[in-house]
Amino acid sequence: MPEAEATNVNKAVRASEAPEPDTAVTEDGQPAEMAASGPVPGKPRSLWSDAWHDLRRKPSFLISAAIILVLLVMAAWPGLFTSVSPRSGDLTTSYLQKPELTHFFQPEWLGYNQQGQSIYARMIYGTRASIIIGVSVTVLVVLLGGTIGMLAGYFGGWLDALLSRITDTFMGIPFLLGAMVFLVSFDTRTVWTVTVALALLGWTTIARVMRGSVIAIKQSDYVMAARSLGAGTGRILLRHVLPNAAAPVIVVAMIALGGYITAEAVLSFLGIGLSDPAISWGGDINRAQKQIRVAPHVLLYPSILLSITILSFLMLGDAVRDALDPKLR
Amino acid sequence: MSIEMTKAEVPGVPLLEVRDLHVEFHTREGAAKAVNGVSYTVDAGETLAVLGESGSGKSVTAQTIMGILDMPPGRITGGEILFRGEDMLKMSEEERQRIRGDKIAMIFQDALSALNPVLSVGYQLGEMFRVHRGMSRKEAKAKAVELMDRVRIPAAKERVNDYPHQFSGGMRQRIMIAMALALEPDVIIADEPTTALDVTVQAQVMDLLAELQRDFEMGLILITHDLGVVADVADKIAVMYAGRIVETAPVHELYKRPAHPYTKGLLESIPRLDHKGKELYAIQGLPPSLTAIPQGCAFNPRCPMAQDVCFTDTPPLAEVLEQDGGPIGGRASACHFWKETIHG
Amino acid sequence: MADREPILEVANLVKHFPLTQGILFKRQIGAVKAVDDVSFELYQGETLGIVGESGCGKSTVAKLLMNLEQPTSGTIKYKGDDISKLSSRALRAVRRNIQMVFQDPYTSLNPRMTVGDIIGEPFEIHPDVAPKGDRRKKVRELLDVVGLNPEYINRYPHQFSGGQRQRIGIARGLALNPEIIICDEPVSALDVSVQAQVINLMERLQDEFTLSYVFIAHDLSIVRHISDRVGVMYLGKLAELGTDGEIYDHPTHPYTQALLSAVPQPDPEVRESRERIILAGDVPSPANPPSGCRFRTRCWKAEDRCAQEVPVLAIPERFAKEKGGVAHPSACHFAEERDVVHV
Repeated sequence: MPEAEATNVNKAVRASEAPEPDTAVTEDGQPAEMAASGPVPGKPRSLWSDAWHDLRRKPSFLISAAIILVLLVMAAWPGLFTSVSPRSGDLTTSYLQKPELTHFFQPEWLGYNQQGQSIYARMIYGTRASIIIGVSVTVLVVLLGGTIGMLAGYFGGWLDALLSRITDTFMGIPFLLGAMVFLVSFDTRTVWTVTVALALLGWTTIARVMRGSVIAIKQSDYVMAARSLGAGTGRILLRHVLPNAAAPVIVVAMIALGGYITAEAVLSFLGIGLSDPAISWGGDINRAQKQIRVAPHVLLYPSILLSITILSFLMLGDAVRDALDPKLR
Repeated sequence: MSIEMTKAEVPGVPLLEVRDLHVEFHTREGAAKAVNGVSYTVDAGETLAVLGESGSGKSVTAQTIMGILDMPPGRITGGEILFRGEDMLKMSEEERQRIRGDKIAMIFQDALSALNPVLSVGYQLGEMFRVHRGMSRKEAKAKAVELMDRVRIPAAKERVNDYPHQFSGGMRQRIMIAMALALEPDVIIADEPTTALDVTVQAQVMDLLAELQRDFEMGLILITHDLGVVADVADKIAVMYAGRIVETAPVHELYKRPAHPYTKGLLESIPRLDHKGKELYAIQGLPPSLTAIPQGCAFNPRCPMAQDVCFTDTPPLAEVLEQDGGPIGGRASACHFWKETIHG
Repeated sequence: MADREPILEVANLVKHFPLTQGILFKRQIGAVKAVDDVSFELYQGETLGIVGESGCGKSTVAKLLMNLEQPTSGTIKYKGDDISKLSSRALRAVRRNIQMVFQDPYTSLNPRMTVGDIIGEPFEIHPDVAPKGDRRKKVRELLDVVGLNPEYINRYPHQFSGGQRQRIGIARGLALNPEIIICDEPVSALDVSVQAQVINLMERLQDEFTLSYVFIAHDLSIVRHISDRVGVMYLGKLAELGTDGEIYDHPTHPYTQALLSAVPQPDPEVRESRERIILAGDVPSPANPPSGCRFRTRCWKAEDRCAQEVPVLAIPERFAKEKGGVAHPSACHFAEERDVVHV
């Protein structure tokens, strides 16, 4: 029962939200020049611009977007944040030396690790691997999963049966276990090896989301209208289905991005992620665990940054979902 | 305050009274004034039809009475809802819940989404008795069968364990009615109860509702956009436009001699079944946006009779009299020119 | 009207949707008989109304006419050519001439396209209709024709009210200058005061562009107002077919009579004078329709014969010679006139 109530109220809100453009129409259908009340007609507002309008007013979006922006800059130009190399280590500098918490943004700010390298510098330089992997896995997953989901959903029949079974098969492989099996067969593992491994195992979620929303949109009246005009499959897919199916996929992808960063960190932590000399948060956390009793800060700071990053992407995805949710419109 | 006191009939006090209710919704464009000073009363055994188009505030008023208004974005900005003379808006949440569960029930338009698809109808009907009356599972089920019989669902005993999707639209709406009746409420609010149904089924459901209302001596509020559907069962009608009541009248009176230009236009724009007719009369323009209701009379941009005064002064809901000044009884119109509308 | 050539001829149209079971090896276990042996004609410039309750197959007829579904059997001829046998190029030409207006103006317009793109899409699909430079102008003209301000060309559908959206849908249907427009419940989602505006607009456009309408609706009053001829459908079959006067003033099929008597009437005088027939029960499932006459399970006249013999849609023999409106096709073994509207 509450559901029905909610819809009713939503309807009322929607009815009241829609600004009535001010054409009055006389009984013979000709526009009359008198205003049927309502505010001055607003600018053209697409659903995307409406969503953007909502987002700009959301603190959770602003905070997460700001953090992500800083992370992206860190990944692109780490030199802006620190002057020391993450690899130059002075073995005389002990990791037991306490961090100088008041020396903001200085190499000694967050202390040193066992090799005498600046933890702060390593965190900055480690961002790149995480961001590249997170973003490129997401892009690959959206392309691969999106295409497969769209084809399966739109064409249905045997193609859907085949693609859905393939999706199920991949979904059956445990994500991390599968990635581990894949990665141990490589001697050196670069950012790209890890990316491919995660993308190969991660596309299934997107494919399912895409398939579901395409099936719903395929049956909508506006697709029916396009078909009755004689529109070809390509036009229907690109102009009608894709723009409308994109919203849920974007949301899922944004939330998944945080997950891919986690996965990379976990793999590196287990020693089968990026191989040396690559710098990554997961790898540093792995190396730090041996001294956790004497120097917990070596493990703590990269972990905090990792958590903040993941949380930011989750928050962003959440905010975007709220803004794109057509039910609130 | 004890329950006994609430139950007592207080002479001269209406069963349910809405007094000068104001409800707003917070929207991006500003406050949408969905209900702007609505007042009406329902007595036991009486049927009030609230007629209006989408956005007229008819459903929001009902949701406010039932306490199912989403707040936020909704906000009650004024007015009283009196149940047997007690303002429900001033009661504690607990007291309010007791009245809303026991004394006032609601029937929704879409029975399929109002029923839980994973529970049998017998369970959902019985739940009312288990929760509110503390009955055992077995007693509750027996009661459920009895109710299903009462709303004339064939083979109620066999069907009590069926799920909502196994019933047709008309039967589901009967189950909704049974659910509303379960605790023998004093007032039932039906929000477009037959809109989702086919015409041949509409008549069955409406007749059933009218019959039950008579038998149980309930007050019934019928919310509708279609005067034809409720005309047979309603005693009086309140017509709503842009969050206000613009006219009230007994059913027959309203159709014969509407006293508000909006009502008049609405009735004239309905095509007729008994002859073909020429071009339809159409009210020009659109209902106003609730964030920018016109000054003066809200209907002024669409009204063929509008004069200067309509753009400056909001007409009060004033009593409508016969041409010679005699009373008509139960009629009121919120139009500066009601005399010209009804008698001219 | 009979001496004119029909523009659209529908003969013995059947559409069954198979019900299947199993995931990998699908096995047919039955069929929903949505449309079962329906025949009618549409003449130039007329409006054929099709009325019926939900599930009677009227929307499926619309989809079949639009070639959005393939008929199980039967033919749809446009000016003598069977549209299911046309080459894809010829079909495109036919599509231009048969357009559709949908029921729900909230779902029939792509929410991510501007009004200009929505109304202009037909020109992109059929580029020969309007040269590229002209399209914008054409769209503005169309907006003006349906009574919307051409300035709104860059707005999005959600910025309009229901009635205005339906006008946008109508403008899209008009873009290719069609001869036939199939209207599937075009006003049922609109408010009463807006319905009349849209109906008047559709009537004006019909005169202006000599359009033929197939007007599918459940509201009998509106269908009478707009239609020249009316077909009444029940469970996938036509029960009765005739001019609006024949159907509304001289109904001979019991279902039509019941349907007419159930129409809610706001006019107290009409309400009191007319006869009320309240049908028992609900419409049976189209997956398992009754044998013989499909209406027999709810009909007060049903006899053994109705369970065995399917009544054909034809002028009942005993009325064949009668004058007035009684002599029109009615699919009932026991057809008799009963005026339920006037009395």
